[in-house]
Amino acid sequence: MLFLCAAVSILTTAGIIFTLLGETLAFFREIPIVDFLTGTRWTPLFVSQSFGVLPLVNGTLVVALVAVVVAVPIGLMSAIFLSEYAPARVRAAIKPILEVLAGIPTVVYGYFALLFVTPILREIFPQTQVFNVLSAGIVMGFMILPMMASISEDALRVVPRALREGAFALGATKFQVTTRVVVPAALSGILAAIILSVSRAIGETMIVSIAAGLQPKVGFDLLSSMETMTAYIVQVSLGDTPQDTIEYRTLFAVGTLLFLMTFVMNILSDWIVRRYREVYE
Amino acid sequence: MTQDAATRWRPRIRQRNTIGRGFALLTIVSTLLGIAVLVALLVDVFGDGGAQVDGHFLSSYPSRFPEDAGLRSALLGTLWLLVLTAIIAFPLGVGAAVYLEEYAPNNWLTRFIQLNIANLAGVPSVVYGLLGLGLFVRWFALGRSLLAGAMTMALLILPLIIVASREAIRAVPDSQREASYALGATKWQTVFRTVLPAAGGGILTGTILALARAIGETAPLITIGALTYIAFDPSGPMDLFTVLPIQIFNWVSLPQEGFSDLAAGGIVILLIVLLVANSIALFVRFRLQRRFD
Repeated sequence: MLFLCAAVSILTTAGIIFTLLGETLAFFREIPIVDFLTGTRWTPLFVSQSFGVLPLVNGTLVVALVAVVVAVPIGLMSAIFLSEYAPARVRAAIKPILEVLAGIPTVVYGYFALLFVTPILREIFPQTQVFNVLSAGIVMGFMILPMMASISEDALRVVPRALREGAFALGATKFQVTTRVVVPAALSGILAAIILSVSRAIGETMIVSIAAGLQPKVGFDLLSSMETMTAYIVQVSLGDTPQDTIEYRTLFAVGTLLFLMTFVMNILSDWIVRRYREVYE
Repeated sequence: MTQDAATRWRPRIRQRNTIGRGFALLTIVSTLLGIAVLVALLVDVFGDGGAQVDGHFLSSYPSRFPEDAGLRSALLGTLWLLVLTAIIAFPLGVGAAVYLEEYAPNNWLTRFIQLNIANLAGVPSVVYGLLGLGLFVRWFALGRSLLAGAMTMALLILPLIIVASREAIRAVPDSQREASYALGATKWQTVFRTVLPAAGGGILTGTILALARAIGETAPLITIGALTYIAFDPSGPMDLFTVLPIQIFNWVSLPQEGFSDLAAGGIVILLIVLLVANSIALFVRFRLQRRFD
């Protein structure tokens, strides 16, 4: 009886795989998988349909890149501050604030990106489009910042005191101890945090749906609109797409690709932690 | 050390300390940056939306005219969804946690279940939406109902409830179980009358926090086809529905004047609901959590 409760988790995974796979295979019966993975035009909702997923992948990766460029340095520095510099009371005050940042619904971040950050960007770069990748990416970076900071901080804190004291004894300053001993010792955990951040950024949906726009295209213009895989799923879901059409199946084909990308990254991050963790007595 | 090296050795203490201070400052600035963004976000949202929140806003249905629009149906939808999700997810999550902590043999199947739960926590929420669409909406033919939404949400937050409940159960010391057995209790009685009450605070806290996460989720419900325009009160699990985040999303994406402030007003309400949920969790944590030190 209780076993069945636990089995629900396996059924969920099986459910995800079968629902995704069933429709995806039906999709690939009509569209060759090579065309899907290598095509550079994504227009399934137009009259002249084209099913090259690369523009969506391009948009997803560009937004994720911006997010990671924001979240990784700021998150790592925050983690170093909390773990190495902050007095216990300051740390106890700041951790809950970061948790609040992590608990804010993504739709709120989307609002913030579109109506606060984008107008600022348009002041600085007048050619910025209303929907643009930069704004969505920056805000997404602050969304994943708490996760990045918290996992990195855990990794830094388990580095034993003896290592720090050994370095101090050799005459290193606090800065040198931190950057040459503590951070390298915690590198596997920090790397895992970075990969998890990328995975979160790729799967994030609402910020990009609201602020990054719906133009599938290949390119790197941060001030222009691009469509991500997740935003496409939302776009089609909002319309009333009938079942058993090719448009309906694109949802699942894109979803499968998204699932595989995040799955591989989560496994990789887990593996790095297991494989490279320094074990201290 | 040769004479030559000794003369070349320069401690440069002052320079190193300057770099060190600069670095320390940089870490502080980074930390403050995160907090500054949070403050900017809250000021922006409350500045835009604070004026929207009044009795009319809470009690009206959505409308084409921003001055008439309200989020009555979204608020009710969120409450309905919350209750249904809790009813589905709580027993499943706690059951799974009890099984894994108290009953599960140490074999490959248990390890597989654990690995699987850890992986499910990392699946993007929009993928859960596709699962709900394919499985509950189409295959079970539940349509775009509250029930389909609640089942999807339950699966989404199940890993969170399981992990939190397992931690709470693990924190109950074995001496409690042994005392129960010594009094002649069966395993079942021990679990239900000793372990679960002792772990209750932690389990409840974890469940409330997981439900708070469900309140803010938007993407999976859009994917299963929850509507953006609902002008009636949901009255049962098979009704069509909308929720606060979807209503906010809908208002944000309308270009006409006035709707973005409505969205901000909706966000204010959403944040208040989340604040209440988290306060309850904190309260439960302090009141019910037993300590075994």
